[in-house]
Order: sequence, then structure tokens, then C-alpha cells
Amino acid sequence: MYRYDEFDHKLVQERVQQFRHQVKRRLSGELTEDQFKPLRLMNGLYLQLHAYMLRVNVPYGAMTSRQMRKFAHVARTYDRGFGHFTTRQNIQYNWVKLEETPNLLAELAEVEVTGIQSSGNCVRNITSDHYAGRIKDELADPRVYCELLRQYTVLHPEFSFLPRKFKIAVTGSPKDRAAVALHDIGLRMHLNDSGKLGFEVLVGGGQGRTPVIAKTIREWLSPEHLMAYVEAILRVYNLNGRRDNIHKARIKIIVNQLGIDRYRELVDQEFDRIKGDVKGIPEAEIQRIKAYFAPPEYEELPDFTDKLSTLRLADKAFDLWMSSNVAEHKIRGYAIVNLTLKAPDRVPGDITATAMDAVADLADEYSLGEMRVNHRQNLVFVDVKQMDLHNLWQKLGPLELATPNLGQLTDMITCPGLDYCNLANARSIPVAQDINKHFVDVDRLIAIGDFTVNISGCMNACGHHHVGNVGILGVDKHGTEFFQLTLGGSSDEGASLGDRLGRALPQEEVPAAIEAIVDTYMDIREDDERFLDTYRRIGMVPFKEAVYGSADTKVVV
Amino acid sequence: MSQMIIANRLIDGLVIYMGPKGEWVGSISEGAVFENEHDAQRWLVVAQQAVEDSVVVDPYLIDIDAGGGKSLPVGARETIRAFGPSVRTDLLEDAEGNGG
Repeated sequence: MYRYDEFDHKLVQERVQQFRHQVKRRLSGELTEDQFKPLRLMNGLYLQLHAYMLRVNVPYGAMTSRQMRKFAHVARTYDRGFGHFTTRQNIQYNWVKLEETPNLLAELAEVEVTGIQSSGNCVRNITSDHYAGRIKDELADPRVYCELLRQYTVLHPEFSFLPRKFKIAVTGSPKDRAAVALHDIGLRMHLNDSGKLGFEVLVGGGQGRTPVIAKTIREWLSPEHLMAYVEAILRVYNLNGRRDNIHKARIKIIVNQLGIDRYRELVDQEFDRIKGDVKGIPEAEIQRIKAYFAPPEYEELPDFTDKLSTLRLADKAFDLWMSSNVAEHKIRGYAIVNLTLKAPDRVPGDITATAMDAVADLADEYSLGEMRVNHRQNLVFVDVKQMDLHNLWQKLGPLELATPNLGQLTDMITCPGLDYCNLANARSIPVAQDINKHFVDVDRLIAIGDFTVNISGCMNACGHHHVGNVGILGVDKHGTEFFQLTLGGSSDEGASLGDRLGRALPQEEVPAAIEAIVDTYMDIREDDERFLDTYRRIGMVPFKEAVYGSADTKVVV
Repeated sequence: MSQMIIANRLIDGLVIYMGPKGEWVGSISEGAVFENEHDAQRWLVVAQQAVEDSVVVDPYLIDIDAGGGKSLPVGARETIRAFGPSVRTDLLEDAEGNGG
């Protein structure tokens, strides 16, 4: 894990002091709300439906047990006893008091986390693969480059007033678990023809009201030029991005307007101009950062698979959890364990302070004190001994963190929706809970297999509905919540945007509609074909017919 | 349609309503119901002064259904603002610290 150096500490502490002063001026009336709003947003403080909401970055999703305990402390001391993990590897608190926020931020700074740039028109939390550094198919640890970019972009004066927010994601694996094609910049490590490691650079992806799959702007970029190239992309965006219309201000719009070839030309011109100077990353600096992410001292352990097989045979529930929630580790004798925050009747992504403390204790006991949060709102223990899996599973169960549904239909991404969010048109969480109540048969969920359902309460798409195999978008129709379904979305290495199924449905009809989609899929799939592949092979019509009847099968474009 | 004035309290952001004497109250049940547009607009001016005085943020008028003896907001958004997240009623606590 990266640890702050003296510069990081100084910068964050100065920022807390600056914000303390700004809050004081706001409370005294010296600053108006219009003057104060951009200042609080730069520290992650929103004003939502119920109160102030603080968004705290978990850089590239990696946390220590010490940080998790602090998150618990903050939930208990400054909020109402729980936090909410989001699709951007952040944690949000929903009832933070303005007057207490500086103290809260000072406490977070003690464990090296902040709300800096978790909002505002700047480079947001840089996100990554939650299996980074631990998975076999990885070419290199993406966290190293996330951290370099974090340091470079935090409070960078040139990039603090971009036309709109800016999101960067990095993956070091060919299997994309970081949804890089849905980001303003996506970085995908791969080897060039000479076998040298570098990045494919994607640009202009995003969701929201105008969803776009990112385009490749450069096939291969040498790592030492990463900063210069990202800077060139940001500079061209800063100069050309639209500031007259918030809905047209994201980089995806300007990339589409100019065309990827013209955008590439402009970036290359700027890159050529700056790449020879100080913008190159010295190898020593890359090595310095790499040292922070050096693998822990693993024990030499025997493969425990045979003994686990015996335990799995003896206990079906353990077997289900092993199949669903445990992933292979690159080191023999170890495993990666996913802690799903998707128990039936719970709010996806929510976790109580008590559970956070328990997770921190378990991470110390079973995962070398480190864990991750992923963009599907689940937690991950990255270094669990295979021989400890059964004990860990037994302890996760009572905490409702062992629901064996990872990647299944009930492992839904769900934004806070109208229950919390000022922008939402409809509630998301009750829809997820309705679907959970409808799909209770574990064997059926396993038979359905990989199936993502993503729910957003408005077109801003924080719930990633565009890239759910089934996407659900809440809309307001004359004061009533309705839900628009899309099919065929995916955020992995074959990213695609969902197609609209048909007219929006009232909330009570959504579970039955998904049931009809699932039934149709189960009827027509070939062998073990995933839902996504069936949809791509067959298209919309049978699903549309199943939901709306044969009289209403015109495909909506 | 009857109306009420809602806002967030600056210091802690909690939802508050304007009471009958222009004071701010933490529960919708104590909020002043304006039966006509003239009264509503007149009190909204008072609310704007509270913005100037750094007491509240973002005051606006909401529609109220005052039938049945209770002041209830119209629509999901204002109902959620008044009574908390529909999915976490265990956590309801209004601006005066009253648990739900």
C-alpha cells in the first residue's frame, strides 16, 4: 500500500486547515452559498436531500484495516452509523454536519484519505481493478500508475477547473474489471509487438445522458510518457471542451464533435511538444512508487484445494460461496475473497459501522490487513490463505457479508437514487430489494449464471445502467416513478451499451419483467452461453415479446 | 393547493420547514401551511432573508396535502425529504433529534 510522504501529509493537512477557515467564513456569513459551494465540492461535500453528504475517496479502491476502522469511527461519530460504498470506489456519508466537517476531514487525514477532488470539475478518484497485484493474468500492477497519476493530478492548478468532471481508470489485466471503456481516459496495459509493456489509451468514454464507449486514441504508450500523454489529453480538453452547456461539457462530446482522428492530432501535437521535458517520469520515481506496492511476504503454503474439496462436499452453503465469491490468487496456497454487500433486504453498498469494524478485524486476521472495494459495490480480501477460507466464511456469514451471489442477478449495482440523491428522479434501492425478493432460489440463480443488473435513479447513470446486462433507469412520469429497461450492456473488455427494451414500467412490474427476460434466455440459450452472448446472438425481439406481448415487439432505437 | 416552505439548515444541512411565526422547525407537522399564493410568496421573502442571514440554504415552496388533519407533502421527493429514506426508516431522525 502507498503511504503518504511528508509532502502528501503537508498538502492534505494544509487543505483541511484551508477548509476549516472556509467553513468558518461560511457560517459567519462572510461567504455566500454561491461562493462556498465550489469550495465545499472540491472537498467532496454535497448538500443532498436530507443533509450534507461527504464523499471520501478510496484511491483505486485499496484500503487498510486502519482506514476501515476510521471509516467506522466516522460513521459512528459524525453520521448515523453507516456508510455507502459507491461505483467509483468511494465511501459516502449521508448526514454530515457542516460545522463538524473540518474535524472529520482532519481525522480522515490521519489515515491518509481525503475528500479532495471527489467532486467538482477536476480529475476524480482514479479507479482500478480490485484484484490489482493479486491476479494471475495481470501484466503489471495498475496501482503504481494510479498513484503516479493521483499525485500528479491532485490540486494541479491547470486541471482544477476543467469544463466538467474527469474520470480515469486503469487496468493491468486483459480481463477488464475496471470498466476502462466507460471513462474519460481508460488505460489498458498490454505488450507491444516487441514485448514491451505499455498502455492502450482510450478516451471519451462515459455514461450519463449521452453514453459513449471510449475510443482508442493511442494503441501503445510507453509508461514513462504516461504523464505527458495524459496531460496532453487534458490540455486539449481544457482548451476545446464546452463550458457553455453542462450537458455538452464532458470530453466525450468534444471527441465526438472533432472526431477521434482530429482529437488524436491535437493531442499528438501537444504530446510531441512536452514529452521531452520534465513531464517524463524518471525510472527512479516509478521504482519508488512500485516499492510501496511490492507483494507482501507470502508464506510458502501447500495447495489446499483437496482439503477444501472435502469441506465443500460436506457443506453445500460453503461450496456455493467458494464457487461464487472466491477467486484464484497468483500465489499458491492463497485466495481472493469477495465480501458481497448484497444480502437480501439490505441496501446495496451500505455497511454499518459495526460491520466495518468487524471487516477490519477480519482483514487483520485473514488478509494481511488489506482490502479493496470494487466498482460493483463489494469488498475484497486480497490475501487469504486457502486453509483459512472455511473459518473466514463462517465469520462472514453472521455479518451478512457472505451472500454467495457475486456476478449473479442479485449482485446489483444500485445508486442511492431518490432515497438520498438530489438529482434522482426515482428510487433505485426499493427496485433492487423487489428484485431480490423475487429471485430467492439459489439454485436458479446459479443456473442463470453471469447476469448483471444495474440500476440508476436518473440519467446521470451513477448506477451504470447503460452497461448492465439488464439496465434499469428510473424516470419520473407526471410525479410517478417508472423504470426503463435496457438489455445487452457490458462494462468488461467487450464493453457495450444496452438497448432500450420498450416503454417504461411501473415499479411493481419490474421483477416480473426481469423474470420474463430470464425465462426467455433460459429457453433459448445454447449450452452454457451467458445471457449477454445470447442477447448478442438473438437480439431484442424475443425478450421484448416476453415482457410486452407479441403485439408490442417493435424494436425501439 | 396548500403550500409550505422547506429548506436545509446551514449549520448541519438538515431539512427544516418554516413555522407559523417565520421560525424554522424540524418537523413537517409543525410547518406553517399557506393556503394562498400571496401568503406563500410573502413568507418566501422572509425565507430569503434567512438565506442572507446564513441560517438556511435553498428554501422553496412545496405543495402540501392538508386534508385528513395532517400536513403531508405531495410526491415522492418531498415525502422522502420529510420522513427520511424510504428504505431506512430505522434511521429517521429529524432536525430536532427526534427519532422515527
